[in-house]
Amino acid sequence: MWEYSDKVREHFFNPRNSGPLEESNATGDVGSIQCGDALRLMLKVNPETEIIEDAHFQTFGCGSAIASSSALTEIIKGMTLDEALKVSNQDIADFLDGLPPEKMHCSVMGREALQAAVANYRGEEWSDDHEEGALVCKCFAIDAVMIEDTIRANNLKTVQDVTHYTKAGGGCAACHEGIEEILAKVMGETASGAEVSPPTEAEVALARVAPAAPVKKLTLVQKIRKIEEVLEEVRPMLQRDHGDVELADVQGKMIYVHLKGACSGCMMEAATLGGIQQKMVETLGELVQVLPASHMPVEA
Amino acid sequence: MNPIYLDNNATTRVDPAVVEAMLPFFTEHFGNASSMHAFGSQVGRALKHARSQVQALLGAEHDSEIIFTSCGTESDSTAILSALKAQPERNTVITTVVEHPAILTLCDWLEKEGYIVHKLKVDKRGRIDMDEYKSLLHDRVAVVSVMWANNETGTIFPVEEMAELASARGIMFHTDAVQAVGKIPIDLKNTKIDMLSLSGHKLHAPKGIGVLYLRRGCRFRPLLRGGHQERGRRAGTENSASIVALGKACELAMANMERENTEVRRLRDKLEKGILAQISHSFPTGDVANRLPNTSNIAFEYIEGEAILLLLNKLGIAASSGSACTSGSLEPSHVMRAMGIPYTAAHGTIRFSLSCYNTEEEVDRVIEAVPPIIAQLRKLSPYWSDKGPASSPEQAFTPTYA
Repeated sequence: MWEYSDKVREHFFNPRNSGPLEESNATGDVGSIQCGDALRLMLKVNPETEIIEDAHFQTFGCGSAIASSSALTEIIKGMTLDEALKVSNQDIADFLDGLPPEKMHCSVMGREALQAAVANYRGEEWSDDHEEGALVCKCFAIDAVMIEDTIRANNLKTVQDVTHYTKAGGGCAACHEGIEEILAKVMGETASGAEVSPPTEAEVALARVAPAAPVKKLTLVQKIRKIEEVLEEVRPMLQRDHGDVELADVQGKMIYVHLKGACSGCMMEAATLGGIQQKMVETLGELVQVLPASHMPVEA
Repeated sequence: MNPIYLDNNATTRVDPAVVEAMLPFFTEHFGNASSMHAFGSQVGRALKHARSQVQALLGAEHDSEIIFTSCGTESDSTAILSALKAQPERNTVITTVVEHPAILTLCDWLEKEGYIVHKLKVDKRGRIDMDEYKSLLHDRVAVVSVMWANNETGTIFPVEEMAELASARGIMFHTDAVQAVGKIPIDLKNTKIDMLSLSGHKLHAPKGIGVLYLRRGCRFRPLLRGGHQERGRRAGTENSASIVALGKACELAMANMERENTEVRRLRDKLEKGILAQISHSFPTGDVANRLPNTSNIAFEYIEGEAILLLLNKLGIAASSGSACTSGSLEPSHVMRAMGIPYTAAHGTIRFSLSCYNTEEEVDRVIEAVPPIIAQLRKLSPYWSDKGPASSPEQAFTPTYA
């Protein structure tokens, strides 16, 4: 269970200003689809003074979402709209004597509802200005989208860079593997255009080879010819060990081969395929994967 | 008022008889089972007895098929990694989308390491498609790992039939049975299951003890190498007190099996019917006709699970939820999502899991306590108005989602 402050518990068990507000003239509906929280904030604004005379909420969400909503209504009552817009999510969290890092988004949701309600009152269009991802760094509450965007914007290369720019990973260090994965993903994309599959270690290695290779795009026939050439090169080596290899199919970046004779079911199969793949990448100048024919997609 | 514990799929209370059995192994029987002297041999005999108690509950043919580990997760990792290591010519794992993270997280990592993982999908009641399963069995598959029963819904999978099919194709079969062992009868010697994981703390033994059942003749590579304990298949000095405890717990589970499937089932059904009868827009999830006798998972629409748990907790009632907010991740339960339960219901799922310690009076108290809590939270919900969901709730409230 989360460690909630007494104030959070109190506002959850006895929420202030909950339920519809009959005379409301400003409504803000926001939510986070991933986390499943959603909030409707209703304000009664005095048209003369722009003072928020009353504020109510309805919330679909967890304990801290309800407590954050309750806190928000208490904070903004009596403020002018401009004053209310200065309320930050940290103000909401502070009002509740803090929120667990995983729950900070609840306070963010409160702030967004406020902005949306004010926009609604003023007849403006409100659009959300940030996307929320899975929480990576729990010490500093940094999510995956934030880390990815920062890596992209600043062309970061190491976990240390990421920590310097975002603080993520600067605490207990448990999320370093997660940060490395995001780094590998972004670096894989920049190396190969629009690679979609998550990069394996092999692919990261391939990415290093790619830039040195010829850039001209091969036709499928040229590509298959080159593939055959590579296979012809390696066959004598395999035949020496009473094995053999044959091209089965080429599907996009996947090259499927039949391993024959002693190679079939050999314990070193992965190493053999890895070696062939390395040669393919060097020759073709693009990222490809060499896989056994049995991996071809099964027809549904 | 005494607290009511209805979260027995998370963990169970250690039975007093189990505690009594294990205590001497912290004091007078402290020996190392490997030692030559009397201190050791005493413990060795106790371990042998415990092994036979586990063997009896699982219906294993030989007691040497029981390997003691530290937990269910260790058993799962050992089984799958062993199957891959022992058969390097096979690189594929078949599992399901609704497994416990002990399997799923391992499989995600295996994919990164270059292995192929097929996750069987489930229908809206949490059942797998046997035709899809059959179509995936080929000679590159190292191991099939399917849970015996799902931890969230209690849905039971046809693992015996699946093991037959795998065996016919020469494929190893592992089952994560931590939720099933002790709740439904298991007779491994009459199945083709090669490996099975169980966890002590799910059946009234302490935490920190598990078992990997390994069929005699099944190729194996240890996860932990070192001393000769567990016939070299799991090195590390035996956790003798907990092993003795697990043995005793298995003996008790055997004795309680009938009661689990009659009395506990009756209380579970009473609880579920009692709640559903009073609360509109709520439904049980999973394969209701084919599930563990102790588990009921109910979705309460338009409200969120953590809020329900906090209010239940205030009344001394302990249950758990498939809501995102209780897990530390931001996603609602992968099991609910796999079954296609909409977000507005998936976030409001509550799992009640009973044990033979629960009483009629407790069930009555919970049936009474739940409706006001649901009503209180629905009053706060933007999807709800007065006595029912806002007319066409999905349109009445369409927040801007981040």
